[in-house]
Amino acid sequence: MSATQSQAGQMQAGAEILLRALKDQGVEVVFGYPGGAVLPIYDALFNQNAIRHILVRHEQAAVHAAEGYARSTGKVGCVLVTSGPGATNAVTGLVDALMDSIPIVCLTGQVPTHLIGNDAFQEADTTGITRPATKHNYLVKRPEDLARVVHEAFYVARSGRPGPVVIDLPKDILIGPAPYTEATVQHASYRPRTEPDPDQIARAVALLKQAKRPMVYTGGGVINAGPEAAALLTAFVRETGFPITQTLMGLGAYPASDPQFLGMLGMHGTYEANLAMHGCDVLLAVGARFDDRVTGRLNAFSPESRKIHIDIDGSSINKNVPVEVPIIADAGRAMAALMAAWNADPRQTDKPALTAWWRQIDQWREKQSLRFSQDKTKGAIIKPQYAIRRLHEISREFGRETYVTTEVGQHQMWAAQHFPFEKPNRWMTSGGLGTMGYGLPAAMGVQIAHPDALVVDIAGEASILMNIQEMGTLAQYRLPVKVFILNNQYMGMVRQWQELLHGSRYSESYSAALPDFIKLADSFHAKGLRAESVDQLDDVIREMLATPTAVIADIAVDQAENVFPMIPSGAAHDEMLLGPEHGATSAGVTDAGLALV
Amino acid sequence: MPMTDTTQRSATISVLVDNESGVLARVIGLFSGRGYNIDSLTVAPVDQEGRLSRINVVTSGTAMVIEQIKAQLDRLVPVHRVADLTKDGPHVARELALVKVIGAGEKRVEALRIADTFRARVVDTTMESFVFELTGAPDKIDAFIELMRDLGLAEVSRSGVAALARAKRVI
Ligand SMILES: Cc1cc2nc3c(=O)[nH]c(=O)nc-3n(C[C@H](O)[C@H](O)[C@H](O)COP(=O)(O)OP(=O)(O)OC[C@H]3O[C@@H](n4cnc5c(N)ncnc54)[C@H](O)[C@@H]3O)c2cc1C
Ligand SMILES: Cc1ncc(C[n+]2csc(CCOP(=O)(O)OP(=O)(O)O)c2C)c(N)n1
Ligand SMILES: [Mg+2]
Repeated sequence: MSATQSQAGQMQAGAEILLRALKDQGVEVVFGYPGGAVLPIYDALFNQNAIRHILVRHEQAAVHAAEGYARSTGKVGCVLVTSGPGATNAVTGLVDALMDSIPIVCLTGQVPTHLIGNDAFQEADTTGITRPATKHNYLVKRPEDLARVVHEAFYVARSGRPGPVVIDLPKDILIGPAPYTEATVQHASYRPRTEPDPDQIARAVALLKQAKRPMVYTGGGVINAGPEAAALLTAFVRETGFPITQTLMGLGAYPASDPQFLGMLGMHGTYEANLAMHGCDVLLAVGARFDDRVTGRLNAFSPESRKIHIDIDGSSINKNVPVEVPIIADAGRAMAALMAAWNADPRQTDKPALTAWWRQIDQWREKQSLRFSQDKTKGAIIKPQYAIRRLHEISREFGRETYVTTEVGQHQMWAAQHFPFEKPNRWMTSGGLGTMGYGLPAAMGVQIAHPDALVVDIAGEASILMNIQEMGTLAQYRLPVKVFILNNQYMGMVRQWQELLHGSRYSESYSAALPDFIKLADSFHAKGLRAESVDQLDDVIREMLATPTAVIADIAVDQAENVFPMIPSGAAHDEMLLGPEHGATSAGVTDAGLALV
Repeated sequence: MPMTDTTQRSATISVLVDNESGVLARVIGLFSGRGYNIDSLTVAPVDQEGRLSRINVVTSGTAMVIEQIKAQLDRLVPVHRVADLTKDGPHVARELALVKVIGAGEKRVEALRIADTFRARVVDTTMESFVFELTGAPDKIDAFIELMRDLGLAEVSRSGVAALARAKRVI
């Protein structure tokens, strides 16, 4: 009999069993915040060293931190919060993780089982509230279920399409004796398919080989599938010579510096990526979910293409856009199968057609749709795009492994457009939910996972205030996160929509009464820096990167700058608006488009 | 039916789930949260140990929506199997209804006569009322209720649809 088996029969307090199960699941870090209902867990944490607890300042931040940790490592992020307000504070983070397919296990305290339903102190119906906010959730009502549920939760969080899982833990279960059980090998009902159907792979190869205007469109699913999947994708795209675009969530899976990469697509994607999507005749989608930010008006989306869609979640296929070849599989496995079938297939691609297609794409490229002009004279105002480009260039000089998170708004889009990523898992952003306040705690989680790396949160002055309290966490754990604020004194993304769609009536979008970010940094034991004009920018960036502690760099940028290109809601890919550099026109938005978000 | 077909059709979907707390809320929440119709819903344990329940949902939508409903159900963790009985082949669907009719004289006699042709059973009776028990396909029950409307129909309780594929096919 092995040691674990002999121990299995022994009863321990529920909280001890819980920690043991976490350890067996490989958990090294938990992001959390204590309270009455989870005190037994905190007591158990006190007596051990295997699991490190990071004390955040708000439960929402605990979940975002775990998301940053998970997205930058490929591991499951772990969160611990108390009952009632602890759990409800975590809900935004859970929905964020659900929308962006991030594996999280969130432990919530609960009132003792005999009080559930009695409106007890700090009771909330956590499983009820989080049911639509999670991939799955559990309420542990019997001590003998505890260990099994923890193992199952980790399996569910990381398998198939990853997502957040809540385990609600009544206090009596944590205190009372419970047995330990090992993780079982197979789940009874949840067994997502990962291997592609060979027939569908064959159909896909047949379509791709005869394509005259092929296009590859990949998303966050390739990041979820792991770095090997990104490598297989890269190899396949290079082998075929096809053009590739990526969603906001997919950036980094294919090296941005590669000439076959057309940049991001969608609402704020490049001219060439969107027009290539519109004009292609065969579309290969991998781990991307045809989101409305990406497709624009559905009935005008890539109208002439025959579509192949690889996704691990059957519900992502044929949801918004009908496809001809559905392939339910893990992106990595599917890319491996596709590559093998491609190489085994004797047919040649249509070289002249592909050459013509690339000539067309290069013409679109010549538009330089991301172009902006920076006045370099002393005292000139900084363009936000330029600040990001300099951040990228100077950080390369420093030569450290670099991870970028963002808040939500214009700065997020400019970061996606102007900060190129060569590797997966280096870019963390809130795409599906678009949660302002995501970036700082996410950066915290990334820095915990990669203590020696450079971690920058590219922020807006409005978003950063939504989780600014986490500066305290940075100080406590000496996390040298750099907060790079593109301060346009506006909720710029809101201002942009008001300018283009609501007759420039800037209702409540001005960032009035902002704090002095230098003093704010100072009071949180970090360094504060400011650049007010273009001549100060490089020095501030250099100083920020050279500072061993956390930094807030407050970069004053052009208040009037808008994100272009832009496909207004309800418009098609070929109805893109280009910026003032291209002689911009006003947004031609229909009434139907106005009703969209 | 191709994915681009925009005509609405009705679908009877059967789902085999773990019989655990919250599973019905999960299924109902999925339908309400994503704006799918529920025309009828039944649920009960179906194996000896009471570990598995079968949920039958009658819903409607375009081919793409029904495909989406199946895929959404299928990805729920406690779901073992999902089948669209309407699409997969012939199936039988049955519902039980209890129908209370209050009346006297001619109408009472007529109600009893119609009940007989529908093979409804009288499960409760007073001098002024009947409760009929009727099983059958939902449209048969609809027809019966419609006929009772002029004969003193007072109250209806319907079970919702139970359904199985015909012949040897199981989900
Ligand atoms: C202000 C703002 C503006 C935005 N503008 C844009 C824009 O211009 N362009 C843009 O692209 N986005 C934009 N977004 C983001 C957008 O809202 C969506 O979040 C994003 O487009 C979704 O990316 P995705 O399709 O890669 O899907 P994800 O949300 O990353 O989903 C991943 C998909 O891959 C599948 N998957 C998961 N794991 C695997 C696996 N192992 N193997 C295979 N498949 C897997 C999942 O089932 C899912 O279908 C914007 C967001 C904000 C906040
Ligand atoms: C929690 C939350 N509330 C509201 C919004 C709507 N919203 C999207 S962008 C934005 C403005 C962001 O302003 P800022 O952080 O300054 O970024 P900028 O657009 O100026 O770069 C708002 C209010 C949101 N995405 N998240
Ligand atoms: Mg701003």
